[in-house]
Amino acid sequence: MPVITYREAIKSAMAEEMERDDRVVVMGEDIGLYGGTHLVTDGLLDRFGPKRVMDTPIAEGGFTGAAIGMAMAGMRPIVEMMTWNFSFQAADQIIQNAAKIRYFSGGQASVPLVIRGPNGGGVQLSAQHTHSLEGFYGHFPGLKVVAPATPYDAHGMMIEAIRDPDPVLILEAGALYGTKGDVPEEEYTVPFGKSRIAREGTDITLIGYGRQVNLLLKTAEKLASNEGVDAEVIDLRSIRPFDTETIVDSVKKTNRAVVIEEQWRWFSVASEVAAHLQEHAFDYLDAPVERVSGAEVPAPYARNLEIAAFPGEDDIIDAVNRVLYRRS
Amino acid sequence: MTTSLPDRERLLDAYTRMVEIRTFEDAAGKNFADGLVPGFVHLYAGEEAVAVGICSHLTDDDFITSTHRGHGHCIAKGVDIHGMVAELMGKSTGVCHGKGGSMHIADVDKGMLGANGIVGAGLPLACGAALTAKIRGNGAVSVSFFGDGASNQGTFHEALNLAAIWKLPVIFVCENNGYAEATPASYAVSVGDIANRAAAYDIPGIIVDGLDFFSVYEAAGAAVDRARSGQGPTLIEAKTYRFYGHFQGDTITYRTDEEVSRYRDRDPITGLRTFLVDHDLATSGELDAIDKKVNEALARSWDDAKAAPWPAVEDALTNVYVSY
Repeated sequence: MPVITYREAIKSAMAEEMERDDRVVVMGEDIGLYGGTHLVTDGLLDRFGPKRVMDTPIAEGGFTGAAIGMAMAGMRPIVEMMTWNFSFQAADQIIQNAAKIRYFSGGQASVPLVIRGPNGGGVQLSAQHTHSLEGFYGHFPGLKVVAPATPYDAHGMMIEAIRDPDPVLILEAGALYGTKGDVPEEEYTVPFGKSRIAREGTDITLIGYGRQVNLLLKTAEKLASNEGVDAEVIDLRSIRPFDTETIVDSVKKTNRAVVIEEQWRWFSVASEVAAHLQEHAFDYLDAPVERVSGAEVPAPYARNLEIAAFPGEDDIIDAVNRVLYRRS
Repeated sequence: MTTSLPDRERLLDAYTRMVEIRTFEDAAGKNFADGLVPGFVHLYAGEEAVAVGICSHLTDDDFITSTHRGHGHCIAKGVDIHGMVAELMGKSTGVCHGKGGSMHIADVDKGMLGANGIVGAGLPLACGAALTAKIRGNGAVSVSFFGDGASNQGTFHEALNLAAIWKLPVIFVCENNGYAEATPASYAVSVGDIANRAAAYDIPGIIVDGLDFFSVYEAAGAAVDRARSGQGPTLIEAKTYRFYGHFQGDTITYRTDEEVSRYRDRDPITGLRTFLVDHDLATSGELDAIDKKVNEALARSWDDAKAAPWPAVEDALTNVYVSY
């Protein structure tokens, strides 16, 4: 099986679908001639031409709204948000138009639109260029929100998103663009609303998505070798639709859970996961569900401050020990 | 006007549409006051010549986006009036099955991409529909209706720039009725003529008399031809006036009765009627018959809507996604 980067996995998925379906077009800032600020679209302009790969002005609200209009008129646009941080400029179009037009038109219109781009922090871009917006966008009915953690999922979810009849937001882990993994050559999709057990274990369930999955896997190995704790790691993959069953089944087995996220804790994905567990697995829990989240501050700049503000291995191990009642 | 005077049939059709809009709006206002129509209702009465003058040049394959004051655009684009009445009442027989209401009437088959309750939110959608037409090379155009207030939103400027650089087949129609809710355009807009903002995007900006069907019709014809032939977008500013307030229930403290009656004296429907009679294109009797027919049809629509069932409660949860 070919081993390719997360970045290449996304690009090859877009190229395959553009080849298959001439309604699929890509638009965004510097995605054509320049190849994309993160090189995710590099080469697509040469291959598909300027009618299919469109550089836009810096006008997130304008071009995102135009993509919504295209989707309503029968196209399958993919919008690259240079980073999700800039999507606030387009949030009105995403929330007020893309998410709602199907509903308020009584089911007449549909918006088969994909918006994708890097999300999350960890590379010292500081306050305005560091957000994890899963909880924010996951809040709105009408949107689908996914966060792939591996090249395999990034490829399969990208294809799934392009074929999906509803607006799909792909919050890519920007820090993972260069990471490599197996991506089959044959066509496949990764369906939304189905989580993945990334590591099987019996003692505790660690739940995360995106960049945190790798951290959870690394921490799980450390817990196994240093602490004798056999942790199960679940990659949520999809924020909306949400797979309650997989996390509940895991907790029925382990009776304990820690949820990790980069975003702020208040009204967050981890808070939602904790609520689902207490609603659906209350009798199986031997300890309160712990949330390990980003500090309640805008993202700091200095390396040591940034590390302090985001969840790390020690934070996870501390939470695991608390949930296992091993230390105070 | 001399070069592009529409034929008699088209003029009578335009007259009928304008009367339909006026009759619809007068009844909507009354039924809102009587508690039959909930929510917010923004009436288009007074601006009929704009929607009809523009949409007379469009087919079902062309797209429009609309505003919170969208009933006139819908009727001009051919959306079923019967279903619109029911939609205003929130009935299951409404064009959106009671899920959208006054501010969200849409009819995709008619190219009506939706009224929009967010000021300026429709302009980018129109660019996208126009971009689709351009990619497909099918000659379709799109029209975005919006008000003087929207011309101060970022989306207006982003959309005009996009349409200009991509030479999109789109016509931006600014209905300048003088007030953004209660704030006068003379205060809130940096230019006396919003059409002048077109210069910033190097596209034509045309001012028309929005109370005169022919003034709108002629400019729209040129703009639509320009768009269909690949020459790009046009901004049309229609100087118009709303006979009612911003919404029903508006205390209208911001304009004088004298101002309102000055504009009502220039009623666009009366203007078209006088033209038709003076030019022997129709008799008063023929036009009276049209008025009567429209009135009776709309009265039936209201009666039917009153009798129609509410949406099934379980439908509150449908149509969020195509599949989930």
